[in-house]
Amino acid sequence: MKTDWPLWEVFVRARGGLSHRHAGSVHAPDATIALRHARDTYTRRMEGVSLWVVRSSDIAASDPEQAGPMFEPAETKIYRHPTFYELPDAVKHM
Amino acid sequence: MTDALFTYALRLGDDSLVLGQRLSEWCGHAPTIEVDLSLANVALDLVGQAQLFLGYAGELEGKGRDADRLAFHRDVMAWTNCLMVEQPNGDFARTMARQFLFSTWQKALFDRLAVSKDARLAEIAAKAVKEVAYHADLAADWVIRLGDGTGESRTRMIAGLDWHWRFVDELFQTDSVIETLVAEGIAVDPAALRPVFEARVAAVLAEAGLPAMELPRPIVGGRKGHHSEHLGHMLAVMQHIPRTYPEAVW
Repeated sequence: MKTDWPLWEVFVRARGGLSHRHAGSVHAPDATIALRHARDTYTRRMEGVSLWVVRSSDIAASDPEQAGPMFEPAETKIYRHPTFYELPDAVKHM
Repeated sequence: MTDALFTYALRLGDDSLVLGQRLSEWCGHAPTIEVDLSLANVALDLVGQAQLFLGYAGELEGKGRDADRLAFHRDVMAWTNCLMVEQPNGDFARTMARQFLFSTWQKALFDRLAVSKDARLAEIAAKAVKEVAYHADLAADWVIRLGDGTGESRTRMIAGLDWHWRFVDELFQTDSVIETLVAEGIAVDPAALRPVFEARVAAVLAEAGLPAMELPRPIVGGRKGHHSEHLGHMLAVMQHIPRTYPEAVW
């Protein structure tokens, strides 16, 4: 099964939801069946939801070993963080 | 006419319940956990349909039998399901062959039953038709995957279709019950379903690269309570607890 049934990552947008969120994964032989499995497993067939499936092998992920060089330098450069400004009350939705 | 309507609702409920029971036998035994969930989902849909049809049949009969009474306290000869749904699951391919043929027929039927002049039947069919459309598509997908898969899966798919093919004719049989209700605009004329069914089956078999099936000598009798040897065993399991404790409430 491991060779014939690749892993698919499932992203679900709930009814009224703004974005697709990663919900989990399923094994399936192809995208059509992956969608069906995702629907049965992660949506309980509520209507009005959107599903994305993507082969896990098609996802490139950042390397946890490289977390330091990737993410930490920003912490030392406080001028990169727009946290020194007082926002006027009139400005909404920031 | 009420008698005919009772019989018709009972048949529809029996079809759904028997197949729902068969599919639930797969629970925990399917090829993968995802397929396990799919089969359980379909089974639950079918049991839900059965509850509605049998509940309505009980009301029409007016003898105080509810859906549970009809499900658990009737013996083989009183069941009116078609023979296809009571067939043993066999392997996954045979189960999918049965699902494909039955759901394709049921979809064609419920599409039309949703505009029945009987408001209750129309309501139940309208609710069920979305589920049934999903079942038919799911099963068609598997017929194509297995038919167009490996040599082994293709052989098994053909064997599965072969097993069930002789029960197809029964789905399109008519009798005095159906004729009475068709005249009233309540039941669906089976003859009208046949071309829809055959066109869909032919299209899926072609996509699966499977040969068109020859119709062998048809086997019928389920609607009259003349069942294959499989139904009695299935009911013994399904009805065991309610028959042992007939007054129990759960």
